[in-house]
Amino acid sequence: MKLLYFAWLRQRIGHTAEEIAVPPEIKTVRELIVWLKARGPGYAAALDDLSVVRAAVNQDYVPLDHPVRNADEVAFFPPVTGG
Amino acid sequence: MIRVQRKDFDVGAEIAKLGAGNHAIGGIASFIGTVREGASHDGAASHIGAITLEHYPGMTERQLKAIEGEARARWTLDACLIIHRYGRLEPGERIVLVVTASSHRQAALESCAFLIDWLKTKAPFWKLEDTAEGAHWVEARASDDQATARWQTPPKAAE
Repeated sequence: MKLLYFAWLRQRIGHTAEEIAVPPEIKTVRELIVWLKARGPGYAAALDDLSVVRAAVNQDYVPLDHPVRNADEVAFFPPVTGG
Repeated sequence: MIRVQRKDFDVGAEIAKLGAGNHAIGGIASFIGTVREGASHDGAASHIGAITLEHYPGMTERQLKAIEGEARARWTLDACLIIHRYGRLEPGERIVLVVTASSHRQAALESCAFLIDWLKTKAPFWKLEDTAEGAHWVEARASDDQATARWQTPPKAAE
């Protein structure tokens, strides 16, 4: 799975992108978040408050119950501030 | 048409190019967003200088195209242009350009306002402000969500 992080989530996690083989029992974005938080304090800090975390799967915004597969590109970021 | 770019744009040249040769156009509306100096966007810091716009390459283009498609589905437009910059921008610099052209002014003006509201909440950009207290990520505002929400009900008269 290709994982991408932006803005302060990127800063807390410490890098912009990574390729990770995610265990097959991880079926949703929310399960992926729980799994990532166990990877280290940076992940735990970045993904602590889900009210300010948004997700995209294959470059479309998705809710946290959206399914994920290892072939997906999954991104985490704060609410956007474009314009 | 959408463009995501580091460099500045020439507003006059872009508008001239967009409408060139199409005499069905009766009105062109435009919006230019610029970096504001002074009060922080969300009031959390006292003063800002430059901002740095981070974005999600690939998804940004995809979402801007989707936003343009939504505007074209709601209004009859002869032309539509969104240019959004990224990277470090100083106060006074242009950030975004939206231009819409239609045979009638209402479609041009309304779709331009719609696009700007939707960019705020749908385009994957994040703003890092330089402040006297250090760099500060701008938080999304409830008022921007409300501005987007007012377009959830499609306009009664599309023309």
